Amino acid sequence: MTTTANERAGAAIDVRELRKSFGSNEVLKGIDFHVSNGQVVCVIGPSGSGKSTLLRCVNMLEAPTSGQIFVEGDEITDPDADVDALRSRIGMVFQQFNLFPHMTVLRNLTIAQEKVRGRSRSEAVEVARRNLAKVGLADREDAYPAHLSGGQQQRVAIARALSMDPDMMLFDEPTSALDPELVGDVLAVMKELATEGMTMMVVTHEMGFAREAGDKLVFMDDGVIVEEGDPREVLADPKHERTRAFLSKVL
Amino acid sequence: MALSPRKRAARNRYIQYAVLAVIVLVIAFGANWGELHRAFWDWDIVKAQFPDVITTALKWTIIYTACGFVFGLALGLVLALMRLSSVGPYRWIATGIVELFRGLPALVVFLFLGVGFPLAFPGREIPGGNVGTVTLALGLVGGAYMAETIRAGIQAVPKGQLEAARSLGMSHTRAMRSVVLPQALRIVLPPLTNELILLTKDSSLVYILGLSIDQYELTKWGREGMNSYANLTPMVVIGLCYLLITVPLSIVVRRMEASAGRAR
Repeated sequence: MTTTANERAGAAIDVRELRKSFGSNEVLKGIDFHVSNGQVVCVIGPSGSGKSTLLRCVNMLEAPTSGQIFVEGDEITDPDADVDALRSRIGMVFQQFNLFPHMTVLRNLTIAQEKVRGRSRSEAVEVARRNLAKVGLADREDAYPAHLSGGQQQRVAIARALSMDPDMMLFDEPTSALDPELVGDVLAVMKELATEGMTMMVVTHEMGFAREAGDKLVFMDDGVIVEEGDPREVLADPKHERTRAFLSKVL
Repeated sequence: MALSPRKRAARNRYIQYAVLAVIVLVIAFGANWGELHRAFWDWDIVKAQFPDVITTALKWTIIYTACGFVFGLALGLVLALMRLSSVGPYRWIATGIVELFRGLPALVVFLFLGVGFPLAFPGREIPGGNVGTVTLALGLVGGAYMAETIRAGIQAVPKGQLEAARSLGMSHTRAMRSVVLPQALRIVLPPLTNELILLTKDSSLVYILGLSIDQYELTKWGREGMNSYANLTPMVVIGLCYLLITVPLSIVVRRMEASAGRAR
């Protein structure tokens, strides 16, 4: 118990007794879980298991029904919390990219820097260009999202989140909407982030990514965490029957 | 023997051309052109209309319409946001206003404002005189329609856009202003321009307020001219003036729709 408490004290994300219902449908049934600083945690599970809802609760895109969530020690579920300020420290990447279609790639990356971070235009542009180069799209800053492939759009979305200099990144099935041949570029960017020590929580179906880049694997089913542990161990030798059944279907 | 589909299509096309040709011939040879010409296009009367039909009547139609449209657009935006509010009473009030002014004929709204207001508040008048009254009346009627259009436009912006903006730390207001509304307005620009065309014609109802001669807009101008000349020519002239406003607007709408189609 004490070890957990100590480990949790410096956690980047700390989720306690989290419950979430949509109407009478309880999607999260008491989740306890944390992500340490610099850790890459992958969340897997069948669709409808609540993994995306869990991720969306972390930055309050979904308001939990009960329970607490701490981000770098600050409780984001506190009614008095400055959710906007906390969110600006949490990067989020969506399955559907959600780039702003009426803005150029560069503007997508600078607008929140200017309006939320209060950076000057020139500083925001500099940060944006650095992050575009990082995801390999330095030459596309004047393009509109509609003119990019899905994989390019997702990399721009990652660069947009990174431009806020977040403490951590949330990924909600970032490669699920991509054509198979475009998945690799996005995963490569994510792996690079992981090696740089970015704290990451990734809801994914990419077991290869979990095995290579993950520090912890969480298997969810029916609103609860069934099993968690070292990705290589969980994938090779799942302890729980439900984990085994799920992995046998996807591997 | 049954025709092949392609031959049937070709035959149908010939029939359509033939019908068109018959109609054109009937009109060309059947109509009494001399009489029409005398009643609708007397050159002396046409010449007498200028330049005042432009400098007075067309000018006032544009002023009345523009004022009503600008006020209506602002009102429509406010009503649309109210209808999407999470605060119940705002939604109910907005729904009430929209239903009221969408349901009433514009003429009735003009009457209520033009006649009702001075009765209700003796000694006070709507600021801006006739222009103010028209702005208010056209704005209320147009705003009620535009509110529904704008609301639909906002709802047509994918939910992920707001979520992405919020996840970057933008407040709800900031996200609406920078991300959702610009996309929504782009979606509703063509229907809003159609509303502008409708308002151009509704602006003719201003006559009910009683206008001095230097404030005549196109329709009033045409009616007065028709009465004094006992000839329909002034009506044709002002009709052409309306088309001068509305046809370019229609072309703009079509251009916008085409370019919106490309951007998607």
